[in-house]
Amino acid sequence: MTDSLVLDIVLKVVFALIFVVVIMTLAAYSVLAERKVASWIQGRVGPNRTALPGLSAIPVIGPHLVKMGMWQPLADGVKFLFKEDPIPGHVNKLYYVLAPCIALVPALTTMVVLPVGQYLDGDIVKPIVLANVDIGILFILAFSSLGVYGIVIGGWAANSKYPYFGGIRSSAQMISYELAMGMSILPVFIWANGPGAGIGGLSLFNVVESQQAMWLGVWMPIPAFIFLTSLYAETNRLPFDMPESETELVGGFHTEYGSFKFGLFFVGEYAHMVIGSAVFTILFLGGWNFLPTFGVLPDWVADPWSLMPNWLGSTLSVIYFIGKTLFFVFLFMWVRWTLPRFRYDQVMTLGWKYLVPGALICVVAYAIIIGLWDIAFTIEETPAIVE
Amino acid sequence: MAVKVVDRSPLNFWEKTYMPQVLGGLKITLDNMLRPKVTLQYPEERPTIPDNYRGVPTLVRDPNGREKCVSCQLCEFVCPPKAIRITPGEIEDGDEHEHVEKRPKDFEINMLRCIYCGMCQEVCPEEAIFLQDTYSVSGYSREELVYHKAKLYELGGTLPDQHYKWDRKKDAEEKAAAGGHH
Repeated sequence: MTDSLVLDIVLKVVFALIFVVVIMTLAAYSVLAERKVASWIQGRVGPNRTALPGLSAIPVIGPHLVKMGMWQPLADGVKFLFKEDPIPGHVNKLYYVLAPCIALVPALTTMVVLPVGQYLDGDIVKPIVLANVDIGILFILAFSSLGVYGIVIGGWAANSKYPYFGGIRSSAQMISYELAMGMSILPVFIWANGPGAGIGGLSLFNVVESQQAMWLGVWMPIPAFIFLTSLYAETNRLPFDMPESETELVGGFHTEYGSFKFGLFFVGEYAHMVIGSAVFTILFLGGWNFLPTFGVLPDWVADPWSLMPNWLGSTLSVIYFIGKTLFFVFLFMWVRWTLPRFRYDQVMTLGWKYLVPGALICVVAYAIIIGLWDIAFTIEETPAIVE
Repeated sequence: MAVKVVDRSPLNFWEKTYMPQVLGGLKITLDNMLRPKVTLQYPEERPTIPDNYRGVPTLVRDPNGREKCVSCQLCEFVCPPKAIRITPGEIEDGDEHEHVEKRPKDFEINMLRCIYCGMCQEVCPEEAIFLQDTYSVSGYSREELVYHKAKLYELGGTLPDQHYKWDRKKDAEEKAAAGGHH
């Protein structure tokens, strides 16, 4: 093994660790954000008491951080960790223990192909990503839908009726919305792979690059909306939180879970949410592109990052991307405290009768539009691609 | 009887998509989010207690610092949950308050039983027991929550008195002793 190979591997591992830490922190803090947003919408203040002995004594900032509930996720985590962890006598032990892990792993696996920013390698713009594989979006779709196994297995292993109902609902919902979700992003990839955009492939980096002129959400609002709705259903967030509808199913699939196992389900859900928001940002909101150029503004409007020094530009692109993602995390919560839960049959109706046909129509319509666009404008200009 | 025909026109396209309603809902919640908070930071900030609030029953002294309770035990008898127990006591001769009939040796109110009905206050002929503004009671054991005389007087403090019944009795006795007038 050469030194550069070792260095390469070490760097990858460090990079992966940073990724995991950032995503887990975001997940933990989105739990706090959820509680804060819930309180604000209800006219309350939210968690504002948890203090760390040393850090809260810092003048000015310390009390302020306490007020913002900055240390609350820490307290929550410690609570989950140190609570008694009983395993009910009637459960199927192996699957009962396995389910929370299965729920968390896919949520954390999908981030491997998630580009979070860009950097300059010489003159070429490259993505900041763990694995820039060409099947990026397929990988994400495949793995994120594995998350439902955690819920189904958890609901089944708990061996009690309410979790069982939760698990069944979850799988039905997942099947219904996966279709609409998959189809709603086809227009995006038709566009990203069109001769006009030029690059080709299913990698998410190319999707972001193809959005410099126009964020796809702007001219594909209906696919964006269908994707967002399916995303809410896939992450089991209100108004689609069928698997854990507290009013009917006690706690839903995690009724029989406690302490750290419940914590894993919980963090898995929020990690799913964070990554889902990130994917939405990449597909429809131009990723880390600063603002759309609309084809007339200069290029730096979309990509000011490559004009800056490399370290600054790449850092800012990541921060900008995380900012956009967090807005969608906030939207998740905002919607949660606005809309009531759909009834189960309404969820099915919406999925099968509106979203799936809608997505199908969008695929056909955008395919025709993009095809005509390419025939009319782009193909003469780029004959090389046609050949 | 007049019939009012309710307009039930079918939903138009936008209404069927639910989007206007969803956006309206989001606006409402956003407005709520930006509104000032109603939270009272409880242990630091306390709510204002109205004058006639029925908090914990307490024993009060008159402005001369005398215990008003004469241990007549009416409150003990009237108390629906039987939370009060009074041990009556004599006042020895030579005491500062010897002109007063009696005073309780001990006065216990079990705060775990008390239902804050206020009947003790209503029945008390001496205006010695009042439900005042103390409302948060806590303790580590059941014994701790049986409040004895000292604690009850501490909570009760002194309330203004209109009557000075025992002062007048004392004055009358002193006058009678001095003047022999009857």
